[in-house]
Amino acid sequence: MVLPKSQLWLVVVLLVAGGVSAFSGRIDPYVLDVAMGVGIAITQASSLNLINGFTGQFSLGHAGFMAVGAYSSAMLTTTLGPKLGVSTAVLQWVLFPASLLLGGLVAALAGLAVGAPSLRLKGDYLAIVTLGFGEIIKVILQNVDAVGGARGLVGIPDYTNLFWTFSVAAVTVYVVWGLLNSTYGRGFLAVADDEVAAEAMGLNTTRYKITAFVVGSFFAGVAGGLYAHLKGYLNPGGFDFNKSIEIVVMVILGGMGRHVGVIIAAIVLVVLNETLRSFGEYRMILYSLLLIVLMLTRPQGLFTWTRRKPSAA
Amino acid sequence: MTELLQQLINGLSLGAIYALIALGYTMVYGVLRFINFAHSDVFMVGAYAGYFLGPKLGAGSIGGGVLTLAGAMAVCAVLGVVIEKLAYRPLRGRSNLTVLITAIGVSLLLQNTGQKIKAVGANPRAFQFPGPDGMTRGLFPETQLHFRSLTISSNQVIVLVVAVVLLAALWWIVHRTRIGTAMRAMSFNATASSLVGINNDAVISFTFALGSALAGAGGVLYAMNYPSIDPLMGTLPGLKAFVAAVLGGIGNLPGAALGGLLIGLVETLVSGTRVSTYRDAIAFAILILILMFRPAGLLGKLRVEKV
Amino acid sequence: MNGSRRSFLGRGVALGAVAVLGTYAAWAAPEPIRIGEFSSLTGREAGLGQYTHMGVVMALEEINAAGGVNGRLVEVIAEDTQSKAGESATVVRKLTTRSRVVAIIGEGASGRCLEGAPIAQRAGIPVVSPAATNPKVTELGDCIFRVCFTDPFQGTVMAKFAHETLHAKRVGVLSDVASPYSLGLAEFFRQRCRVDGIEIVGEQRFSGGDKDFRAQLTALKASKPDALFVPSYYGDAGLILLQARQLGITVPILGGDGFEAPELVQVAGAAADGSYFPVHFSLADTSPRSRGFVERFTKRWGKAPTGVSALGYDALNLIVDAIRRGGSAEPKAIRGALALTTSFDGVTGRISIDSERNARKPASIVRVEAGQFRFLQAVAP
Repeated sequence: MVLPKSQLWLVVVLLVAGGVSAFSGRIDPYVLDVAMGVGIAITQASSLNLINGFTGQFSLGHAGFMAVGAYSSAMLTTTLGPKLGVSTAVLQWVLFPASLLLGGLVAALAGLAVGAPSLRLKGDYLAIVTLGFGEIIKVILQNVDAVGGARGLVGIPDYTNLFWTFSVAAVTVYVVWGLLNSTYGRGFLAVADDEVAAEAMGLNTTRYKITAFVVGSFFAGVAGGLYAHLKGYLNPGGFDFNKSIEIVVMVILGGMGRHVGVIIAAIVLVVLNETLRSFGEYRMILYSLLLIVLMLTRPQGLFTWTRRKPSAA
Repeated sequence: MTELLQQLINGLSLGAIYALIALGYTMVYGVLRFINFAHSDVFMVGAYAGYFLGPKLGAGSIGGGVLTLAGAMAVCAVLGVVIEKLAYRPLRGRSNLTVLITAIGVSLLLQNTGQKIKAVGANPRAFQFPGPDGMTRGLFPETQLHFRSLTISSNQVIVLVVAVVLLAALWWIVHRTRIGTAMRAMSFNATASSLVGINNDAVISFTFALGSALAGAGGVLYAMNYPSIDPLMGTLPGLKAFVAAVLGGIGNLPGAALGGLLIGLVETLVSGTRVSTYRDAIAFAILILILMFRPAGLLGKLRVEKV
Repeated sequence: MNGSRRSFLGRGVALGAVAVLGTYAAWAAPEPIRIGEFSSLTGREAGLGQYTHMGVVMALEEINAAGGVNGRLVEVIAEDTQSKAGESATVVRKLTTRSRVVAIIGEGASGRCLEGAPIAQRAGIPVVSPAATNPKVTELGDCIFRVCFTDPFQGTVMAKFAHETLHAKRVGVLSDVASPYSLGLAEFFRQRCRVDGIEIVGEQRFSGGDKDFRAQLTALKASKPDALFVPSYYGDAGLILLQARQLGITVPILGGDGFEAPELVQVAGAAADGSYFPVHFSLADTSPRSRGFVERFTKRWGKAPTGVSALGYDALNLIVDAIRRGGSAEPKAIRGALALTTSFDGVTGRISIDSERNARKPASIVRVEAGQFRFLQAVAP
């Protein structure tokens, strides 16, 4: 179902991530922090790309799924971790991946709950429902004292490292890629290209859309878990509408529905954000100007050398 | 009972402002089929335009207030047309999502440039004007009207009056003028409208001017009612108005007005109760519920997908 | 639009030139002591960050004009958190590793301090927060200090004030559900009210950045309170005061230190009169040290300082004082010296650091009269 070449790539990335991670003590922690930010961004963008880019469904609530994953996984490590009485290494290499998985699963469930009833809505209506969902999650988190409420969740252990971020990113890309290049997966592209035609061909378009939504939410949740254990602190305000927009920008700038383009866009935007820090208060002005100029000069997405032709959304 | 009535009045005046902003979203959507994210920041610029024009146009009297309102609407109309020309027109014919990103870019640019310009600054400013006696005063002369235990601010009445006048004017333009007919034709079918000799670019410019002017009026009225303005002030009302536009059926003008009023009312009614902390969640939950049963919004019509 | 782009480019070039000159100066002079600062210079709470930053910059200029400390000049590296969650952790990591600072001033907002400070704690770099009043902040670790009083302190003080001075029996509370600061204050206020036998007759919530509070205020008015407690920042507070008076609520309104800013009176106008709040620092303070600070600040920046400016000023001076006392600019030595601070003579009062790394210092309660903040009484810790 999946080309052997892609499996090779996956193994290579995992090995490199493990190798580099082993020497991360020698890397400037700030550079490391940014690198991990890049890994998380790739995961977020690729998972959203599955929803927005490949099925033509427009989601504005990705930060909401991320929040669900972040809080679930952080709750597991902060409540269960200290009770187990095992070494930090065990926690980081056993409990942490388990918590990421849990975060992903809870987010996938949330994705199913949102997706199943709302996916019959079209385009902008779906966008606003997902946006609404994201805001609802934020408001609920603000009101639950058990997760810190508005003050936020403090004292999350810093388990996220280079290996985990890039392994997750690689697996996400691999799964999304594999899903699309399977016989089954061709259906996603068909749904994106022309939903009516796909339906006429006998494809169950709703099922495709829900699959994309659930898988996308799963990886958003895992990315949330990584984010939680990177920052060490969660605040509901951090998962607002603007966060979702940040991820949408990566997908569109990369060229909707392109794997490599979206990955590069994720890298470029995170690194750009950091480079512009030296401009202080002018940073966001510059960022927004660049966004406009990039879009005007490369409306088809920054990177267009892949074969797939742009799909009308 | 009086508390409920009071909340209804509060809700109506808030809803009227949401309706004005929502109309801009819906009009642009009608002709171009894309969400103009920068619209909420045009609203913010409207408030600042009122802030700077007010002292020059004699804010504080009824005439001066109306002039300031008109001035801010004109500034926003020009801004809307300029934004469309520079940032959206070059992308005509591209995917809507591409335009969406430039719209986000323009939105961020307006917010952040505003914070950096000395005269505007990141700190909130008071939307008040110096009077002849050295005391500050609002945009319009202000009194509180009391009916038994009900309190209505004259500003709330002004908001409602201005909103109704502008809505009537808009209805007249859209249904009784040539350019309005062209707008409707274009929203029905852009290709066909250009075939029958309608200048689509002119129609789009006009739509942006109209929608942005309404946002400008909304900005001034909002600032008058809540006299603290800052460069990020557009985000929240913008989001709410967007929700209102979708709730009413995006692309549908009466729908946007209805949606705005509904969101304003729901918000206010929920705010006064025990579940007020869930207010934003409840507004969105209602929207989602309505969309479940009416997937094209309250007054919207489902478009038949053609192959 | 073209115009703004051009002028922006111009400024960019100017900035670049300044950066190059700055680097040259750093190379020519002996290595300065680097102190980091992270604050919200842009975004929704830009006012908080900018007023703090002005105080820090002024302290820096005075320290360096006096020859620095231990024979070395001081340099402050400021990073912006954009008032956003998720930024603080990254900028603090940048400060501790890339900029190699020996101490950090920052964040005035409790939420972002909770995010950034643990990173510095792990790196062993001491943090002094100018205005994060949430009790949790200094509980994060032994490297985290503050120069302001805490939420339990001001919540309790205001409840006591309502009881003893205003003789209130029934109070209503309106707090910001999105702000840990506001919720914390409301919580400690409530606790003290229970002790004093004050009845909480109404509780309403809003969400920071809201503009319409009439619904909540209408409901509160219906519960007939003798006083309202509205812990919030001045941006929201100005509108709340205005709308409360418009709705005919005439009872005293009490707030927290977040009320203190000229914008409160600009927005609320006459409606601000008759409200009470605690301040870290009163413009009406007549001690020569405070008066001198207000004069120099107004001359330097063209506007009067707010409480957080004074706190930012004190935070940097306290760190430099610790470097002088400890005789070393090593993070460990600074931390040790900071913990031993007793009776440091700040512009916000005499500061002693207690075993929980909180500042023990008095607060003043002010009353707004005709748009002026009038000193009413001092409250000792």
